[in-house]
Amino acid sequence: MKILNEVKFTMPSLSLNEAVARAAVSSLLVQYDPTVEELSDIRTAVSEAVTNSIVHGYRHKSGNIEITVRLIEPREIYIKIRDKGCGIADIDRAMEPLFTTAPEEERSGLGFSVMSSFMDKLKVKSEVDNGTTVIMRKKLKSHDE
Amino acid sequence: MTIDITTQGQTATASLCGEIDHHNAKEIREELDRFIMSSQPKELEIDFKGISFMDSSGIGLIMGRHKLISECGGVLVVKNPQLYIKRVLKLSGIERLVRITNDRL
Repeated sequence: MKILNEVKFTMPSLSLNEAVARAAVSSLLVQYDPTVEELSDIRTAVSEAVTNSIVHGYRHKSGNIEITVRLIEPREIYIKIRDKGCGIADIDRAMEPLFTTAPEEERSGLGFSVMSSFMDKLKVKSEVDNGTTVIMRKKLKSHDE
Repeated sequence: MTIDITTQGQTATASLCGEIDHHNAKEIREELDRFIMSSQPKELEIDFKGISFMDSSGIGLIMGRHKLISECGGVLVVKNPQLYIKRVLKLSGIERLVRITNDRL
């Protein structure tokens, strides 16, 4: 597994940083010349994971979100989004479509569904009071396909 | 994010331009709710033609406006979602609740 390029950054859990995270991942991904659909899928999945950290992980406080993005040969993207927020007590339940703990903010409970549908692999590690790490991977089509 | 609301008879159209995520969904929600409550249109079309990005925050936004306008006796219509927005809409199953239409080219 050869890492072609990598970006790591930390940002505070401000909602305006949802767009910043999408833009940063998109900028790195340009190196692989993705299709419009691939770029859109990845941007959406990143937005969901970062929003989860802000809305759920740091619900009653603020904190930092760490993002690692790797371009892996051949044509795979690896994204790790980590917060040190409240964590998830029941990951299986949190991943059920339409389950949300923030209905008053009109959260649809579809964040993990979007991540798993739009990416190839999704792994969620979490510990109560210790935060959540989401790892997503997606293989991009080769230009010959 | 810009929101341009026009009214023709009993039908209103809210044309959105920009990106819909958790950060700016609140602004859109507040403006549309103000309009629904004050004007009580029979039909409110939300035009997504100018939306370049939408995550599941957009689903919460549509569901919430659908609920509010239904309570006021009106109907919500989602208009002109682009292909990548349609994929998020499909995942949510929202088309069972809200009509989705496209302008003819």
